[in-house]
Amino acid sequence: MSFINYSSREIILKIVFYGPGLSGKTTNIKFIYAATNPDARGKLISLETKAERTLFFDFLPLSLPAIRGFKTRLHLYTVPGQLFYSASRKLIMKGADGVIFVSDSQQERFEANLIAMDDLQENLQAYGYDIEKIPFVIQYNKRDLPNVTPVEELRKALNPWGVPDFEASAAAEGGPGVFDTLKSVVKMIIRDLRNAK
Amino acid sequence: MNPRIVIFEEEQRQLEGVCKKLAKDSLARAIFLLDKNGQIIVATGEVAEIDTTSLASLVAGTAAATSSLARLLGEEEFPVHFHEGQRDNLHISIVGPEHILAVIFDQRSSLGLVRLRVKKASDQLLEIFVKLAERQSEDQGNNVFSEITDEDIDNLFSDSF
Repeated sequence: MSFINYSSREIILKIVFYGPGLSGKTTNIKFIYAATNPDARGKLISLETKAERTLFFDFLPLSLPAIRGFKTRLHLYTVPGQLFYSASRKLIMKGADGVIFVSDSQQERFEANLIAMDDLQENLQAYGYDIEKIPFVIQYNKRDLPNVTPVEELRKALNPWGVPDFEASAAAEGGPGVFDTLKSVVKMIIRDLRNAK
Repeated sequence: MNPRIVIFEEEQRQLEGVCKKLAKDSLARAIFLLDKNGQIIVATGEVAEIDTTSLASLVAGTAAATSSLARLLGEEEFPVHFHEGQRDNLHISIVGPEHILAVIFDQRSSLGLVRLRVKKASDQLLEIFVKLAERQSEDQGNNVFSEITDEDIDNLFSDSF
């Protein structure tokens, strides 16, 4: 739910990275943190287990240039991907303005992607969101690994709606696809806000 | 995902006024008023050394987790949480359906005083939020984003990343 403060001339948008466990949600956000000008980002908060699995959420605030006199801030959150953290995922989704689904391209994680996508749809429905109307993009991560499912097959399974989707390798040098994914969902959110009645 | 939360200047001033008075009356170090999504509405007091953005997201996460716990246990809500530290303490209370008040205080104050003052301030804040909700529903027709061009959107990413 976008937040507009006329007094401080600020807009805040919440973007949530969703996806199965170990798909690269945290890796995406850590790459964004490392690659962003320090003036344009805040502290990265990671609430994780000792095994460095996300326990509750990761949080990264970013500042974009002003748009029509309003400072634009992004609040990026990741959800914990492990199945038994479903209650936490639902909490983190509340108030999201846009969603990035980070899928794991590895062949053995195909089923996990489908389960996570179903889970996302359930949580969106619980908040009254329609997946066909929200700013939503899909990332096929880990394209740099050898044992990956072809993109077309992933697309057929995960993207029946034809939303923007991107190949990525968040852990690879240069994190190809990470910023393209983020920029795409931000643009969708702002266009949606512009066109809202 | 189109609904918006809008804070207008007049209500922002009023909310700040209540929080500043609360800080003074409760002898608190710092007061934060946030929405449940973790966005800061007011931050007042000794906030210069605090990473307020991180604090807000963590307080909101804590409040969300605690609310879920309450429902799990058959309670409607756990509206107040208190964390006691060596030097500073943190009092978190839910204000109405959508807001959180976080008070940081040290030995200059006491839990009893903070609770008393928070109760009064919460009532005042709620009145302002009711007026804000009315103004927000009138404002839904006024779209601050309507003048944004595609070029504006493309230019968002030119410098920082």
